[in-house]
Amino acid sequence: MLGEGLLKGLAETARNFAGSFVSEERLTTVQYPEERVAPIENTRDFPFLVYDGDDWHAGMRCVACQICEKECPPKCIYIEKSKDKKPDYVGKPQIYPARFDIDISVCMSCQICVEVCPFEAIKMDTQFELSTADRFGGLLLDKQQLAKSNEYYHEIHPTEAAEVDARLAEEKAKTEAKARAAAAAAAAKAGAPAPAAKAAPAVDKPAAVPKSADLAAPVPKPSENKPESPAKPDQGGAPDS
Amino acid sequence: MIERLDQIFILLRDWLVHFLPANWQAVVATVLNVVAIIAVFPTLFALVTVMERKGLGRMQNRFGPNRVGPYGLFQPVADGIKALTKEDVVPFRADTIVHFVAPLVLVVAVFMGFSVLPMGRNMVLADMDAGLLFFFAMGASTELSVFMAGWSSRNKYSLLGAMRAVAQMISYEVPLLMSGLAVVMISGSLTLSKIVEAQNRYTFGLPHWYVFTPWGFAGLVLFSIAAMAETNRSPFDLPEGESELVAGYFTEYSGFKFALFFLGEYVGMFSIAGMGATLFLGGWSAPLAILNWVPSWIWFFGKLMIAMCLFIWIRGTMPRLRQDQLMNFAWKFVIPMTLVNLFVAALWRFVGPGWARWVVCWAILIAFYVLMGQTILRRRGLGPRSYRYAE
Repeated sequence: MLGEGLLKGLAETARNFAGSFVSEERLTTVQYPEERVAPIENTRDFPFLVYDGDDWHAGMRCVACQICEKECPPKCIYIEKSKDKKPDYVGKPQIYPARFDIDISVCMSCQICVEVCPFEAIKMDTQFELSTADRFGGLLLDKQQLAKSNEYYHEIHPTEAAEVDARLAEEKAKTEAKARAAAAAAAAKAGAPAPAAKAAPAVDKPAAVPKSADLAAPVPKPSENKPESPAKPDQGGAPDS
Repeated sequence: MIERLDQIFILLRDWLVHFLPANWQAVVATVLNVVAIIAVFPTLFALVTVMERKGLGRMQNRFGPNRVGPYGLFQPVADGIKALTKEDVVPFRADTIVHFVAPLVLVVAVFMGFSVLPMGRNMVLADMDAGLLFFFAMGASTELSVFMAGWSSRNKYSLLGAMRAVAQMISYEVPLLMSGLAVVMISGSLTLSKIVEAQNRYTFGLPHWYVFTPWGFAGLVLFSIAAMAETNRSPFDLPEGESELVAGYFTEYSGFKFALFFLGEYVGMFSIAGMGATLFLGGWSAPLAILNWVPSWIWFFGKLMIAMCLFIWIRGTMPRLRQDQLMNFAWKFVIPMTLVNLFVAALWRFVGPGWARWVVCWAILIAFYVLMGQTILRRRGLGPRSYRYAE
């Protein structure tokens, strides 16, 4: 019958209209400033700089290597290297950023800076209420504004932060072991030069093992390709028909 | 007392006027009438925008505006301030004068329609002999302003929207007028106050509204379809289809001129809804004889608001038509139906009172409705779509 669908549609909207006053679960809207939904763990918006310990300046992990500055697609990071050095988390003296600015009006939240950082120094924040009356100065965050503690990082991204901490601890342990071995070697060198030569390769070897595994990997590849090859004409053939 | 309340606006006007010298009184009284119309309908417009946004929200299971004032009722004030403070951008190559005049022409033409609408007992600005004709003439002249806006903007989307609007409005003007014509055939008058008087009679406490007759019911349905198309309301909002034409003919308007177009559109809806109420729903007459003590203007504005609710409800339900569907619907369904309706109204008039005319008229209308649904508007080739090249 002509017009039946129209009446059905009208009934549906009428049901929605009346239902939204009766049942609360129909209204999924969250009244934002008063009510808030907790952000999911993988939320990210703008980068921040992680520091360890209590002093943001002393504990900053960044060593001003400028990789993030070079990789940043919209070029929103500006870094100036320091002239002097300060000890990093393992105690090694490192250059630190004399200036580290991020223009969050330019940042596109791509997370590339986080991915390229070899020092786990830059991470993504979840702060999103960043509006300001000053659209130039207010959105250009400097080093101090960007610095946030590792505890804060744990709070916003617990899983990721735990992984990062484990990785850093492993590295630290490794360098410490290396330093100890070097110290032992130096001590041994003073005593007997022969065992020192042995000790040094022993430390290097674990790093060399994955390399050889990589080299070995391509070998079985040709044999793997064979079962795939009959499938190929199918894919290539589709556009022709 | 009740008499007084019914005529309160007339009495108020006369009281205000009697302070003036005699030769000024007539002029000032007319000005006051005009001022009342110009004050009331934009206020209603503000109210309806909030109602619409909240109603549409509820239909989509969300809150509408609820921030400005209690329950978001002051939202139109905020909207108005926004529209007023916005920059008025005129395109570089636009025809400046026409671009400026178009929204004014629209608003003036739309407000002219109210001059003949009886909004209550004795509440009509100009009780013309050819009121119906004047109303439709004014309604048709809004097309001019729409095309002025589209043409002067020098924008493809504006022009496309304007062309669509003009094609649509001209197509639907025919059924709009012809469905109104049935009422003229029965009541024998083009004067709107006479048409209302003809319906303001009661048998067993029930009114003689034309909507309760077969031709009147069909006429009201056809009239509302045509009215929706005429005011560019969803589902006939192709001229301003946001998804394809930005905003149609008023794409290049901003600030207060845009607000004027918006106002014109809504006030046009009020006037056409008022016309529908006058023609088919007894204008300002009460729905039951025992409710006659309620002031007549309450009934008129109540009917107006019910019509607006219906407009909003339909907007929240129907998807937009395609251009060819729109034209097919107008020329293949609505216009033939109005012609049949005219015939039925003539039959009703000349068969004379009795049960026979009820049966015959309903039978003809329903038969034609079903027949046309089965043949003319039948969708051909239902089933999965086939693509010739894209595979």
